[in-house]
Amino acid sequence: MEDLGLWVIPLAILGGAIRVSTPFLFVSLGEVLTERSGRINLGLEGTLVFGAMSAYAIAYLTGSPWLGVLAAAAGGALFGLVHGLICSLPRVNDIAVGIAMMILGMGLAFYFGKPYVQPVAPDLPSISFGWWSDIPQVKAALRVNVLFLIGAVLAFAMWWMFRATKVGLIIRVVGDSTDAARAMGLQPALIRTSATAAGGAFAGVGGAYLSLFYPGSWNEGISSGQGLMAVALVIFARWNPIACFGAALLFGGAGALGPTLQSVGVSEGYYLFFAAPYVLTLGVLIVTSSPTRAMTGAPGELSITK
Amino acid sequence: MLIKSFSRRGFLKSTAAVAGATALPQFVSADGHSPLTVGFIYVGPKDDFGYNQAHAEGAAAVKAMEGVVVVEEENVAETTDVQNSMESMINFDSAKLLFPTSFGYFNPHVLETAPKHPDVRFQHAAGLWTDGMPTNVGSYFGYIGMGQYLNGITAGHATTTKKIGFVAAKPIPQVLLNINSFLLGARQVDPEITCQVIFTGEWSLAVKEAEATNALADAGCDVITCHVDGPKVVMETAAGRDCFVCGYHANQAPLAPEKYLTGAEWNWAGVYTGMVQTVLDGGTIDNFVRGGLADGFIKMSPLGPAVSDASRAQFEAVKAEIMAGGFAAIKGPLNDNAGNTLLTADDALVETDIALESMDYLVEGVIGSTS
Repeated sequence: MEDLGLWVIPLAILGGAIRVSTPFLFVSLGEVLTERSGRINLGLEGTLVFGAMSAYAIAYLTGSPWLGVLAAAAGGALFGLVHGLICSLPRVNDIAVGIAMMILGMGLAFYFGKPYVQPVAPDLPSISFGWWSDIPQVKAALRVNVLFLIGAVLAFAMWWMFRATKVGLIIRVVGDSTDAARAMGLQPALIRTSATAAGGAFAGVGGAYLSLFYPGSWNEGISSGQGLMAVALVIFARWNPIACFGAALLFGGAGALGPTLQSVGVSEGYYLFFAAPYVLTLGVLIVTSSPTRAMTGAPGELSITK
Repeated sequence: MLIKSFSRRGFLKSTAAVAGATALPQFVSADGHSPLTVGFIYVGPKDDFGYNQAHAEGAAAVKAMEGVVVVEEENVAETTDVQNSMESMINFDSAKLLFPTSFGYFNPHVLETAPKHPDVRFQHAAGLWTDGMPTNVGSYFGYIGMGQYLNGITAGHATTTKKIGFVAAKPIPQVLLNINSFLLGARQVDPEITCQVIFTGEWSLAVKEAEATNALADAGCDVITCHVDGPKVVMETAAGRDCFVCGYHANQAPLAPEKYLTGAEWNWAGVYTGMVQTVLDGGTIDNFVRGGLADGFIKMSPLGPAVSDASRAQFEAVKAEIMAGGFAAIKGPLNDNAGNTLLTADDALVETDIALESMDYLVEGVIGSTS
């Protein structure tokens, strides 16, 4: 293997962005869909962990990682559905329900996942975009998983859906004003519940990526809070799916900075470098905040903006 | 409404009934003595291919003993959580012997809980018991740095880039000793070898461990080992990047059969059954227990298919030296990686030397920093 010197740093950031961003991307897309319909689902961390567990278990039992992904999506949709139905009841706070669902999801995942910590499940396939290079580091960085590509396409598709389709318009109307939606003859509770269920399915797929590709194994510490960070990313991305894609890449890349800087010899203060993604978030939020307007892009019916 | 029919009195009554019912079946053995209840507490899942699994295998051996009941709890954080777990094992399960197995449980949690329960024995893994600490606390550990030294010898033979890598959790003395031993073992083969270390900052962070392993592979390391709680992710990621791996804590050969050289494993089964037997016989366990390869505290994984004949010969020779006792991996002349002299030519710290347990440096040839 060649010594690339400091070129390792941008390469690692690129590789990290591709490797680490996918769970952030799927969870934040799911949350955008949910929040655009006027509801917050804080439980996606639990859904992510449950998705990771169910994907790993099913992939191990059937030998097919894609069945694992399907199982994760189905499990995630179920969690979303439960959250959506509970929140449809009068005077139920969606944030409190979300926290309960998060703990429930993790608890169930740990309980059912116990027999699957040891076995080795088949991984999801990846496509090598590094064929043009002889450098093993470049080849490794450009091993792109199919789910990453699907997620990228979904981000653009969702952006287009909100912008140009009837379904997108309906979700936005429900998210911005329940009264207006009712006046139009829509059923806000039904639409919100469907959007939450779909969002849960996205988060489940994000979990499948964690356990079936990178890091590619199931254990109880697999997520370490990525689902929660992804929910925060949605605010950072101003409820815009394409911005979610960018934010997820940014987080993935910034997360690779800590280990890589140590590997090129910048080893003092690595705890600080590990905090890089969070410092970055604070910085961007401060720069893009406005003293005169409320949060741009925030759906009007969200319980945090009302 | 269902909710309204729940009165506080009714709730208290039913919970009290449940508590009473679960407390009733007290185990009583044939000769009328109640059996010894032994509690094991793990910081992570007990089947993590790593630190916790090694302890749980020891607990399983204890479970098979007669007159012993084992209670276990996993995923207990190194916070007041562990004090609650210990209290609950003592008060509800009548545990008389506890094995809180994670490093961070010791100070302050074990040291604060022990004086409240003088009739309970606390056996802590990895802690450093010193005079003046509660006498019902004991600490035990194994000289697993020697295992990493032997890992280093196979790594030194396997590396072609002369660069080996180490994914480490936190810069505590035992981790630093492992890193230093791994490099010094490799340098027995070729003194030009360097070891790149990356700290992840936590005992178990799957994504960061994978990123650290990738960063090591990107930096040109072709043999990788680790000191994190569950080495599964590191082993699989490193093998996926075509690096050789050396195991730690438990045998990880099934995860990377072609790439696995050897591994430094704990061997708690013999140690734990011995300690429990001492308590059953009415004896007292020493407050400070240590042991190495020769004492059966640690063992090495069987050498993998990629280990060359020369490597095997040197591995076996050094292993025999260690088994004979008095072996020193850390010996002079030795500098730290900032150029300060640590040991002069005549100095040596043998495996039993207590000074090794307060190690705060990385030796020359290790690329990395402790802060």
